Amino acid sequence: MESRERLLAAMTEAIVAGDKTAAETLAGQALSAGLDPHEVIEKGYIPGIRKVGELWESGEYFLPELIGSAECMKAALAVLKPALGAARAKELSRGKVVIGTIEGDIHDIGKNLVAAMLSANGFDVLDLGADVKPARFIEAAREAEADFICLSALLTTTMLNQRRVIEGLKERGLRERFKVLVGGAPVTRKWAEDIGADGYGENALAAVKLAVELGPKGRFR
Amino acid sequence: MIRAVRPKAELLSRALIEKIVDEAFLLLGRHGVFVENAEARRLFREAGMPTDETSFKVLINRRLIEESLEATPLTVTLYDLTGTKEYIVGHDEVHFDPGSAAVRLLDHETQDARLPLTADLVRLARLTEHCANLHFQSTALIASDVPKIIADSYRLFIGLQYCSKPVVTGLFRTGGFRPMAEMLAAVRGGAEELRRKPLAVFDACPSPPLKWSDLTAQSLIDCARAGIPSQLISMGLTGATSPVTLAGTLVQHVAENLAGLVICQMARRGARVIFGGSPAAFDMRKGTTPMGAIETMMIDMAYAQIGKYLKLPTHAYMGLSDAKVNDSQAGLETGMGAVLAALAGINVVSGAGMLDFESTQSLEKLLIDDEICGMAYRLVGGIAQRDEPLALRLFESLGPDGQFLSLPHTRRWYKAEYALTSLADREPYDAWAGQGRTSMAERAHGRLERLLAAPAPLLVEPGLQRELRRIMESDAEANGAGALPGEAG
Repeated sequence: MESRERLLAAMTEAIVAGDKTAAETLAGQALSAGLDPHEVIEKGYIPGIRKVGELWESGEYFLPELIGSAECMKAALAVLKPALGAARAKELSRGKVVIGTIEGDIHDIGKNLVAAMLSANGFDVLDLGADVKPARFIEAAREAEADFICLSALLTTTMLNQRRVIEGLKERGLRERFKVLVGGAPVTRKWAEDIGADGYGENALAAVKLAVELGPKGRFR
Repeated sequence: MIRAVRPKAELLSRALIEKIVDEAFLLLGRHGVFVENAEARRLFREAGMPTDETSFKVLINRRLIEESLEATPLTVTLYDLTGTKEYIVGHDEVHFDPGSAAVRLLDHETQDARLPLTADLVRLARLTEHCANLHFQSTALIASDVPKIIADSYRLFIGLQYCSKPVVTGLFRTGGFRPMAEMLAAVRGGAEELRRKPLAVFDACPSPPLKWSDLTAQSLIDCARAGIPSQLISMGLTGATSPVTLAGTLVQHVAENLAGLVICQMARRGARVIFGGSPAAFDMRKGTTPMGAIETMMIDMAYAQIGKYLKLPTHAYMGLSDAKVNDSQAGLETGMGAVLAALAGINVVSGAGMLDFESTQSLEKLLIDDEICGMAYRLVGGIAQRDEPLALRLFESLGPDGQFLSLPHTRRWYKAEYALTSLADREPYDAWAGQGRTSMAERAHGRLERLLAAPAPLLVEPGLQRELRRIMESDAEANGAGALPGEAG
């Protein structure tokens, strides 16, 4: 019992410290010891990423810590999820996200941050990369049965292509199937409203909050 | 007479420069660079460099880089619209120009950033003509009332008609080169004349880390062949798209720029190249790219120092701010940047007028910055011996009132010794209050309105104007862009 508690505490600590090797190794140890992967995620890892969010909010953590811890979370989940079984993994998930930087734009720092934070916070993220055509977003979202399509843009000129995804969804009669979230340096709340997006996040944490509010409620919290 | 010492600021020791350059060479030789452009890869292959047609990775060896450096001219000379006034870009010459390609304009009335229109682009070009301390113009705004497919050539079309200064510009599409080169050649009266007397510099930005995109590499090749100077604008973001340490980022910066320089020289040996950049000290809290951070300026000064060591003309994005309005931050960051750039002897310094991470232009700030640049020029002018003796004789002719104002010596020298200002407030308090307690931005706006009230001078004779319009309209037509917007504001 005591060693189980120690293991869970070490997992939390590994996420907070951004120690990827430890996060992965501890996940493996938990499985070998026969612990329930679900409990391990909820009691070991999630408190860690929650603490990271708090440290960010209080101004102690900066982007390198935020992204580093998100990567650790991703690594640990990659070990634990297969052991969960499909049904329980789905139950745990906060929703499926298809994300990418819009066509004509090769910038992907912002998009990578959002993708990492979403997956660290329990979303299943399919990252299509940069310079993604509107049609590709729609196909991928349909295939993956996604809940969200997240569109990033850094340039004002390419931002215009975000509108084309929403128009494409309407043309195909799929607009209501997906929540469309937009972000990126030139994107504003007004732009999101103008093109009929479902939401706008000004940074990676805002995007996570938004997706949690709008998404199907998973048990990941 | 004892001449003035040109004050200079240098950040790097010789040993550190050599180490950075050496690592950049090793990086290009071992790790290589991603080259998306097929023609550039063919040039590399023909030069004997290992080139992978699947990954687009190219390894560049030391010999090719050194040969390319040797082939690159030490200076670039730019000429104004008339072809008579020349500007040497090189040595420690400093030329300021407006920060380029803003997607928004700070509207003075509303104090809100809005989409710029053609009329704003015209106003900006006209004001740049008036700014004595901005030697070059730049295609500084992207007008939102023209289709974006022709946005690059259209900026040049306007700039050439309303400002006679050499142009810093660049491409948004591969197809933009031809109409833009045609316009430049039309001004000169032919492609050969343009080659002899360059009128414009084209910026080309590698994508960090270590990638040259199809468009930018093509721009280097096309410019080299047309005799148009290319400005290499490496732009790592420390800790995000380049190493977090300043010295580490410099390695990447030098490697990216050198890869571009090699492409230029392979396309045409002797091509004119300017070693520039727009890196930024990535903000680890906001995820933004502050141009006003002191570390950004340190990287700029350092790569420029390396550029000088490599015997190249240099460029930087300095003398600009991340503030959203013309407040203290705007003045602080712009003033620091302009002064440091001048002290570093950076040859082309782009930034005047710019706010909000290179995204918003302000016409009022442009005028304020012109004054800042004037102060920077004065600083690097240094302190010289003007006469012999320096002062002794003056005291002999000094009257009993002990005042110097009436001395011919004062009248003889005050204009040469002092940079005259018109926007900085030097009024006594009551005079300032009596004139409406204005801020510098408000005074700049007043000046702007006075300058623009006069009709725009005709810089381009009607025949040439028609030719420029013909080129622009045929570019618009070829791209299905329809009629051009009017230019009146």
